[in-house]
Amino acid sequence: MTAGISAPGRPSIRARTLRTDRWWLAPAVTAASLFAFVVYATIRAFWNGAYYAPPYISPFYSPCIATNCVPGSETIYIFGDWWKLSPALIILIFPLGFRLTCYYYRKAYYRSFWASPPACAVSEPHRSYTGERRFPLILQNIHRYFFYFGLIFNVILTYDAVIAFRDADGDWGHAGLGTLVLLVNAALLWLYSLSCHSCRHIVGGRLNHFSRHPVRYRMWTFVSRLNARHMLYAWLSLFWVAFADLYVAMVASGTISDLRFF
Amino acid sequence: MGYQAHLRVWRGDAEGGELRDFTVEANEGEVVLDIIHRLQATQCSDLAVRWNCKAGKCGSCSAEINGRPRLMCMTRMSIFEPDEVITVTPIRTFPVIKDLVTDVSYNYQKAREVPSFSPPKDLQPGEYRMQQQDVNRSQEFRKCIECFLCQNVCHVIRDHEDNKANFAGPRFLMRIAELEMHPLDSLEENTGADRTAVAQSDHGLGFCNITKCCTEVCPENIKITDNALIPMKERVVDRKYDPILRLLPWRKR
Amino acid sequence: MTEFERHAYDVVVIGAGGAGLRAAIEARQRGLRTAVVCKSLFGKAHTVMAEGGIAAAMGNVNARDNWQVHFRDTMRGGKFLNHWRMAELHAKEAPERVWELETYGALFDRTPDGKISQRNFGGHEYPRLAHVGDRTGLELIRTLQQKIVSLQQEDFKETGDYEANLKVFAEFTVTDLLKSDGRIAGAFGYWRESGRFVVFEAPAVVLATGGIGKSFKVTSNSWEYTGDGHALALRAGASLINMEFVQFHPTGMVWPPSVKGILVTESVRGDGGVLRNSEGRRFMFDYIPEVFKDKYADNEAEADRWYTDPDNNRRPPELLPRDEVARAINAEVKAGRGSPHGGVFLDVSSRLSAEEIKRRLPSMYHQFKELADVDITAEPMEVGPTCHYVMGGVEVDPDSAQSRVPGLFAAGEVAGGMHGSNRLGGNSLSDLLVFGRRAGLGAADYVAALGSRPSLSEEDVQAAARLAVLPFEGGDGETQENPYALHGELQQVMNDLVGIIRKGEEMKLALTKLDELKRRAKNVVVEGHRQYNPGWHLALDLRNMLLVSECVAKAALQRTESRGGHTRDDYPQMEADWRRKLLPCTVEDDGITVTEQPQPAMRGDLLDLFEYDELQKYFTPEELESHRARLGKES
Ligand SMILES: Cc1cc2nc3c(=O)[nH]c(=O)nc-3n(C[C@H](O)[C@H](O)[C@H](O)COP(=O)(O)OP(=O)(O)OC[C@H]3O[C@@H](n4cnc5c(N)ncnc54)[C@H](O)[C@@H]3O)c2cc1C
Ligand code: SF4
Ligand code: SF4
Ligand code: FES
Ligand code: FES
Repeated sequence: MTAGISAPGRPSIRARTLRTDRWWLAPAVTAASLFAFVVYATIRAFWNGAYYAPPYISPFYSPCIATNCVPGSETIYIFGDWWKLSPALIILIFPLGFRLTCYYYRKAYYRSFWASPPACAVSEPHRSYTGERRFPLILQNIHRYFFYFGLIFNVILTYDAVIAFRDADGDWGHAGLGTLVLLVNAALLWLYSLSCHSCRHIVGGRLNHFSRHPVRYRMWTFVSRLNARHMLYAWLSLFWVAFADLYVAMVASGTISDLRFF
Repeated sequence: MGYQAHLRVWRGDAEGGELRDFTVEANEGEVVLDIIHRLQATQCSDLAVRWNCKAGKCGSCSAEINGRPRLMCMTRMSIFEPDEVITVTPIRTFPVIKDLVTDVSYNYQKAREVPSFSPPKDLQPGEYRMQQQDVNRSQEFRKCIECFLCQNVCHVIRDHEDNKANFAGPRFLMRIAELEMHPLDSLEENTGADRTAVAQSDHGLGFCNITKCCTEVCPENIKITDNALIPMKERVVDRKYDPILRLLPWRKR
Repeated sequence: MTEFERHAYDVVVIGAGGAGLRAAIEARQRGLRTAVVCKSLFGKAHTVMAEGGIAAAMGNVNARDNWQVHFRDTMRGGKFLNHWRMAELHAKEAPERVWELETYGALFDRTPDGKISQRNFGGHEYPRLAHVGDRTGLELIRTLQQKIVSLQQEDFKETGDYEANLKVFAEFTVTDLLKSDGRIAGAFGYWRESGRFVVFEAPAVVLATGGIGKSFKVTSNSWEYTGDGHALALRAGASLINMEFVQFHPTGMVWPPSVKGILVTESVRGDGGVLRNSEGRRFMFDYIPEVFKDKYADNEAEADRWYTDPDNNRRPPELLPRDEVARAINAEVKAGRGSPHGGVFLDVSSRLSAEEIKRRLPSMYHQFKELADVDITAEPMEVGPTCHYVMGGVEVDPDSAQSRVPGLFAAGEVAGGMHGSNRLGGNSLSDLLVFGRRAGLGAADYVAALGSRPSLSEEDVQAAARLAVLPFEGGDGETQENPYALHGELQQVMNDLVGIIRKGEEMKLALTKLDELKRRAKNVVVEGHRQYNPGWHLALDLRNMLLVSECVAKAALQRTESRGGHTRDDYPQMEADWRRKLLPCTVEDDGITVTEQPQPAMRGDLLDLFEYDELQKYFTPEELESHRARLGKES
């Protein structure tokens, strides 16, 4: 190890940390949860089935833009029939990139997967450290573009939630548990995206004179308030996306049937 | 209501040292600093410790208590069990001088490297006009009492001595943010220098991986990462990495 | 003979609080090579603890405010014992000094039209205190600190050395001033970290060492306040004035015991906090003194109206000058109407919303929450008087801040005269800036006018070194004394016998005890070696505390009246005769001598700023006679 807490001149204390609380718990839970999500998401992304139960479409597969999409689920065919894999794979890169470069998730996985640092005042097991200054981590700086794409996805998933008010035949006036699930999904995604740090910067954070831009100042204040809870929204929306997918999958596969409200 | 508290205090200097056990009286309402003072007054009169205000205002009494970076004067004894051993060590990122006192000159060096406030040329003293909403952000950063706990906990230098040369630490990256967001700072107008770019190139903003330990330990509850470091990273993106913004002529903020 | 680390400077500023830093900035800007030395780290001096604000008549909130009103308030607050010229300079220059801070980068709270916001404070007729929440001192010291850094950066650009013209010696204690031919020639001290001795050669020294509160048991002051500057000045042959006036701040925390004394800022009252006794009564209405009757409301309804309509109502009595409020609280507690832990109740929770309290008084909220488990947005605080500030200090020339000793300047809390018998809240921070700058200027002028530089006597240096290591040698062998224990005893003596309410007999007793302590202090022994040894540091500071405490007790015994920060049970009245008298202390052979000296008479045009009726309350008939005669002549 390059000298860290054992560098010459520093107090000679050998222990890696003297913390007596269960500091490893938080990173362990984070790691386990993220891992579980990744496993689930990977399986579902390659599954290539059980993602459309009219009128519900799984958020993992929306927008469905390949010719091999289940009829009815597609929006437009951008990818022709040469695409043989799961259509989820085409689009998931965007939400994946969004979350991967998200300031909160970065903290979460740097701590839990990379132990850099595992917890505060617990020394990390790496020889050297260069932070986000070099390839590949310098790419984290494109986060705001993923944010823009994220907004497009939010619109699409909101649309999905709205059309879930039609029944399987396309007639308005339907609502089932699935509608609610997709609605909550869309809402949480909006909360997550709007509370994004890049969003906060773009709506007003980059200004130095709020007083000259009262409207943007109001927006910034609003986004700042959401931003304080970004971590919460990150977890809730992550969990709910998976849950929404699971719900659609179970309905689509006939495991359960949708509870219809009206 | 007094009881005997079990203390384990690091004693030593740059040559070496060790954790030593002591039993010291503790009374209701006391903080760790009181116990250290009692230890000093009754058992080891040459125990070195820094403190001034005893009210969390000066940032002198930084130490690590049970491994967590804290102010001794703001850590109440009541958060520990009476039979718990309380370990007190100096902060572990800087060279130790003696006992609980460390050499924090790194921080003063870094402070000197941050370009100072540059006053607008066309305003005389007394003519400054600023709106409260425009100074709020920088005011939050100016709450800093320079306890250097954030500097101490930041793994960039805590775990990598060699990064000290190129990294100013959260406290001084936040100082840059403070000036960058100051509504009347005119460094750019006066000298052409760009605080944002310098934060990245000279002060090591890119080292920070936003893992938020600085925010976790700040006794002033300054949201260092959310309000200073990430916004600075975003401003760096504006100027350096965002291809579209780079094509647009730079718009005055 | 031992060789020591040596440095030569044009001026050495002792103290890195507001006064010291402002003096150093001025001296450096006038081209002097300047050293600043301080006992703690750079940026931690006592000034950092100031909460409420800086008084300056900028008139941003109430346009009627101007320097004349500020001058009047200051003189009234000090019961006309202030040096009128200092009060005048202070009132006139404070606004410039505050505005200047903005050019250094300070960020004060703002008014809606973008100016510096100002708040109400005890004794100030209009909202006058520029502030940043309740951490104004932090802002002040950080701003000056950063200005010093910016000057160092300029030097770096020119010379490649940050410290070419302005260097900070942090964690460094000065133990002696060195003189030659009756003038200042340098200073002697040690690095706290290593215990190594250092000699400064410098023709000018600015004292900015702050106060003496650590001689008292219950105090808002930190360990730095051991009266070093006061003692250094005495030993160098300068005089101290007004030492009998010690300000007890009415509101310090009283519980838990370990935080007893920690300050509760006056802004709590300025922003609407009220004082109540255990019976729930707002007792301050019962304690409005005759001289203030026309300025303070005598009923709750009017007092409450004042917060919204200050022009047509008299102010609430909670905002009386500090000495009045402190005495009132003391009396309530003595009468058995105190709170459970021996204080009274201070309540803002019933007057402001929780949000507003957290915004305006964030560090008070934090302080009570963390240290006492009290939520001030929901419950009242328990408060009681705490030793806070010493009005007395080095007698200086108001314009140049020079003491009786050529080359020795003093500014800030260590200087005397400006505040008379009682300081108004907020007037200290402005004092630091106004007179800190003047001291820097005075030193620059002095050095410029100097023909030849004084040279140090090697003998004096060696003597200073010998004195400093004495505590390791263990006195003359009788009983060995522990510095911590002696310090504790001293604090108890001063607290009990020369405290907020004084009696002749008790002070005589105090003097006997101080003599005894002084003798025992010679036998103080410290363990260990010179490297960062707090026991040794305290042993050295103890000498200063004892010397200064003796000054306080002697002067207090001599002044047979009650005025401002000096209240005597046996002489409860204020005497006009005493207003004309100062009691300078000097040191001779290790003992304090107190003499009487007339107070300089106020310039006529300044006297005219007051109503004749008001002057009658303070001045002797003869003084008034000549004033009237002059007025008559003019009209
Ligand atoms: C809790 C609190 C709140 C206050 N609030 C206010 C307020 O709101 N408004 C207001 O106007 N005033 C306030 N005051 C008073 C005001 O803060 C002080 O009077 C003022 O800060 C004193 O400043 P100074 O520059 O004289 O000295 P300080 O800031 O005390 O600095 C003294 C310096 O001298 C150095 N020093 C001392 N002895 C030596 C030595 N032997 N060798 C080397 N260095 C030495 C110290 O290290 C320190 O750097 C408050 C005071 C307290 C305690
Ligand atoms: S957020 Fe950045 S600056 Fe703060 S502790 Fe973590 S790495 Fe260091
Ligand atoms: S930012 Fe917070 S933790 Fe860091 S030095 Fe300032 S007060 Fe201390
Ligand atoms: S910061 Fe988390 S989504 Fe942008
Ligand atoms: S002593 Fe000042 S912060 Fe602890």
